[in-house]
Amino acid sequence: MAEVSIANYMVNFGPQHPAAHGVLRLVLELDGEIVERCDPHIGLLHRGTEKLIEHKTYLQAMPYFDRLDYVAPMNQEHAFCLATEKLLGLEVPERGQYVRVLFAEIGRLLNHLLNVTTHAMDCGAMTPTLWAFEEREKLMEFYERVSGARMHAAYFRPGGVHQDLPKGLAEDIYAYCDRLPPVLEDIEGLLTENRIFRQRNVEIGVISAKDAQDWGFSGVMLRGSGIAWDLRKAQPYEVYDKLDFDVPVGKNGDCFDRYLCRIEEMRQSLRIIRQCIEKMPGGPVSSQDRKVVPPKRGEMKKSMEALIHHFKLYTEGFHVPAGQAYAAVEAPKGEFGVYMVSDGTNKPYRCRIRAPGFVHLQATDFLSKGYMLADAVSIVGNLDIVFGEVDR
Amino acid sequence: MSDSVKREQEQSLRELGEHISAALPNDVLGFEVTLGELTMRAPADRIVKVLTFLRDDANCLFSILVDVLGVDWPQRERRFDVVYHLLSMKLNQRVRVIVETDEDTPVPSVTGVYSSAGWFERETWDMYGVMFSGHSDLRRILSDYGFEGHALRKDFPLSGYVEVRYDAEQKRVVYEPVTLPQEFRRFDFMSPWEGAHYVLPGDEKAAPAQEAKS
Repeated sequence: MAEVSIANYMVNFGPQHPAAHGVLRLVLELDGEIVERCDPHIGLLHRGTEKLIEHKTYLQAMPYFDRLDYVAPMNQEHAFCLATEKLLGLEVPERGQYVRVLFAEIGRLLNHLLNVTTHAMDCGAMTPTLWAFEEREKLMEFYERVSGARMHAAYFRPGGVHQDLPKGLAEDIYAYCDRLPPVLEDIEGLLTENRIFRQRNVEIGVISAKDAQDWGFSGVMLRGSGIAWDLRKAQPYEVYDKLDFDVPVGKNGDCFDRYLCRIEEMRQSLRIIRQCIEKMPGGPVSSQDRKVVPPKRGEMKKSMEALIHHFKLYTEGFHVPAGQAYAAVEAPKGEFGVYMVSDGTNKPYRCRIRAPGFVHLQATDFLSKGYMLADAVSIVGNLDIVFGEVDR
Repeated sequence: MSDSVKREQEQSLRELGEHISAALPNDVLGFEVTLGELTMRAPADRIVKVLTFLRDDANCLFSILVDVLGVDWPQRERRFDVVYHLLSMKLNQRVRVIVETDEDTPVPSVTGVYSSAGWFERETWDMYGVMFSGHSDLRRILSDYGFEGHALRKDFPLSGYVEVRYDAEQKRVVYEPVTLPQEFRRFDFMSPWEGAHYVLPGDEKAAPAQEAKS
């Protein structure tokens, strides 16, 4: 038989593909069905958030953070608020900190429910997605009850949170904590021991601990490779040092371990939520510094000074002392950081958003090299990327 | 966090800063500890050496490059800061390294030290036009294919220069100069008695007239 030379194949994966999780365009170079090179093209959802923030006051800049990782909005707001508070030297009252942690953990649930099940869908399992989206809807109802919005909450503010929990919400969230575990068990029942799911994930997208550090990984992507690193434990912010929870760590650094970590993190989040509600003290939910935090409406009806503060804060905004600060939170996807440079005016001079998804997506070439095309889908699904934060 | 813990942390950061400056006397310009964060300054051409030291030194082990970003200071002679954030899981500390550069001087790429630098440097190039020498793939990353200019520079207008729309006749997306139906409004909320300088209508003639007299 005559020798035939076969040229490598170029495949455009996305930007309109259900498994591309948004607007990812992968240019794949294939040798048969083996991925030789994978070049992600991103930026199709670039909205210039960092530029827009430079033209807004600090309070106006805050809602942009909901629109970054729109799967777990409040965790992003959290990083921005921490950076602003660091520059201002502002303390958040204890109750405010507990409320923040409570909703940050609800955000983690929202994120992991979505990621685990959409990843399962990429691997061919339809049912978990439907179950998880039902639970997400219930969790977003808690968001709605506290802030008025299901997703773009704008609830965390520099100095605390916007308002206290409405009556009965804490009890409802507490009761919900008992209703989620059976659903998680159902989801696990369909996936963890499932032969197809295992074939698609075990020993796929393996990354060693050393390489994970070299590629700047954080969050579950790092823990899946066996590094016990969680900012909530290592550099505790808010009240995480007073709460009791475990950090699940993987062993093999493959997609399956990362999936298991996410499942376990959801259980731990429920533990944190229960503790938050049990331990939550009374008192104000935001700082009483009226030069930063606007007064309540009732106060404005009686006090001239409160009225002036309200007017000044919602027009001019507060001035932040010149300096630079970096604040990071353990967002569900990894380390979400905000680096802020202030020049002493009411607008940030530079606000850099360090999104975990951006860093993880960069490693797709490394992770998917030598695997099959179908595995690349599983790897991208498992990376947990949301284009709102990758493209900013 | 209590004050004593904070002081302790700042002290350990200061010791770390002194250790690094002592080990690299010619490659580090200085350091400061502000708001519980260590900031080192270095000349741009030494950045690879500094980061390699920070990664490999037994007392540092900054194994993760968290972020690389640019900051634009147009009034400065060397207008760009390139900021590197590093994290050491061993020490549980962070460090920030800042180098200065301008439009024409390339900064050596650190992709050889940390693989994660690749996209960060591409983004800095895309947004600020800071060049990185030795980067194997310095393409634009976030902005459109064929985009001109560097969007995060302070002299780049917020509204940009071109806008896109789908043209039904040509059956494709076309680029057009930005047209705003209403003039772009910039609200200046600085109080007049807190340092803002307003020129009242009519007063703009007074200053040149006075200059002409003297």
